[in-house]
Amino acid sequence: MAAPALKPASLVAPAAPPQGAVVTLPARKPEVRSGLMLTRAREIAVTVVPPLIVLAVIMIIWQIAFAKPGASLPAPSVIWAESKDLILQPFFNNGPQDIGLGYRILISLQRVAIGFGLAAVVGVLLGALVGQSIWATRGLDPIFQVLRTVPPLAWLPISLAAFRDANPSAIFVIFITSIWPVIINTAVGIRNIPQDYRNVAEVLRLNTVEYFFKIMVPSAAPYIFTGLRIGIGLSWLAIVAAEMLTGGVGIGFFIWDAWNSSKLSDIIVALLYIGLVGFALDRLVAFIGGLVTRGTSAQ
Amino acid sequence: MTGYLKLDHIDKSFSRGGQTTEVLSDINLVIEKGEYVSIIGHSGCGKSTLLNLIAGLTQVSAGAVLLENREVNAPGPERAVVFQNHSLLPWLTVYENVKLAVDKVFSGRKSKAERHAWILENLDLVQMGHAKDKRPNEISGGMKQRVGIARALAMEPKILLLDEPFGALDALTRAHLQDSVMDIHARLGNTMIMITHDVDEAVLLSDRIVMMTNGPSARIGDVLAVPLARPRKRLDLVSDPRYIGAREAVLRFLYERHRLIEAA
Repeated sequence: MAAPALKPASLVAPAAPPQGAVVTLPARKPEVRSGLMLTRAREIAVTVVPPLIVLAVIMIIWQIAFAKPGASLPAPSVIWAESKDLILQPFFNNGPQDIGLGYRILISLQRVAIGFGLAAVVGVLLGALVGQSIWATRGLDPIFQVLRTVPPLAWLPISLAAFRDANPSAIFVIFITSIWPVIINTAVGIRNIPQDYRNVAEVLRLNTVEYFFKIMVPSAAPYIFTGLRIGIGLSWLAIVAAEMLTGGVGIGFFIWDAWNSSKLSDIIVALLYIGLVGFALDRLVAFIGGLVTRGTSAQ
Repeated sequence: MTGYLKLDHIDKSFSRGGQTTEVLSDINLVIEKGEYVSIIGHSGCGKSTLLNLIAGLTQVSAGAVLLENREVNAPGPERAVVFQNHSLLPWLTVYENVKLAVDKVFSGRKSKAERHAWILENLDLVQMGHAKDKRPNEISGGMKQRVGIARALAMEPKILLLDEPFGALDALTRAHLQDSVMDIHARLGNTMIMITHDVDEAVLLSDRIVMMTNGPSARIGDVLAVPLARPRKRLDLVSDPRYIGAREAVLRFLYERHRLIEAA
């Protein structure tokens, strides 16, 4: 390749006379759809298969460990034999105290919805106050920091005394358990509103209500939803414990009832339900948070 | 109409922990309606503070800002600000960002349809009508700044305050936006005050250039009138002796008479 470099430029002739020619490129093969679906299936398998394998292993070990007669806990096969109606029929209704676990879960969820809903509204408002005002922070923050460490059930006797009824007491316990992370995270979110947004609000002369809904809440939304997500988890933790003590028809009382009548299989099925519902609640709040904060969190 | 906006013997100092720093000292300036005034100076000279004082986002320590002979002491839409980093609300679309301002300013005066038309008109003015349903994080920096300008213009301000509006943009985008701003100024005749640290930008856009000395206690060192007819064309100006002269005057002020001495 050194030869052309030695020649004067004028002598270097192009290998072929320059001609306008249309080069036909090979047509692109259309994406194979089945291949695409195969990768999709693969992705699903990657997330679903490992937990299934682990689950199967646990079940087998459990079965082997507790299969012998006189074992303290029922093996999976025993649970299936004793409580399969609970698993297969979540929604049956045979009278006031004999209803399916699905109904019980719904009743517990209703309590959580009221308690947590109140906590969300009050928590965001209080958090906004604490985040916005230095004096509110100084006055309220130490009190919040102390109260938030009180375990959920420690509130129960006092709320029973105050409300003189099991249902509002349980709801109050949910409320008081789940409000702290909402307050604290909202306050942090409000404190982190960029000065730019505050300036925009000032130039536009937004009033307090407009500022709250148009700047504060959307800007702090990622923080607020972090608080809500922690809060819903805590309220699901608290409801089971509260219902065990207050009675009624929730899933918590079901466990207590089953314990008193030595139906260990029923308890294990109930635990499974509680876990799945708690997981679903967490994902639900995360999903809503993802939708709401689409614009904000991408910053 | 003498003295649309008056800055009358303004001092500004900040106190923190018992220590008071004077940022601006004895600022006097009279700006006429329709004028384009740039404020230039080294960083830290308090030019942004001065703009915030006019906007009402910060309060003067002494003296007064007078707009049409009325004192300014709070922010308001008649002094709209185009912020350096656009300050669009990321959870709103481009249209909604402008709508927030329009709804607030014209809620009593324009019908819903009129407001809608006004939003679109302002977006078209900055050539952003095509992206009205996009969110800020889906458009480029130059486009965001255009929307910021549209939002400010849509408030129909008496004075448009631009805080280094092109500072964060690349050179080509910046030139493009400068032309847009010149065009808008020619069409609407707004009074505009712009903070900048770019000498060419100041000379190209301004009727007058206010040059600040270095802080602390920055003053107005000099005010240079730019004797160039409008409309101005970037390319024609390059060899114009008046342009070169004005540019040189600003450069001499900044790098000869008031060179920034780095803090030791």
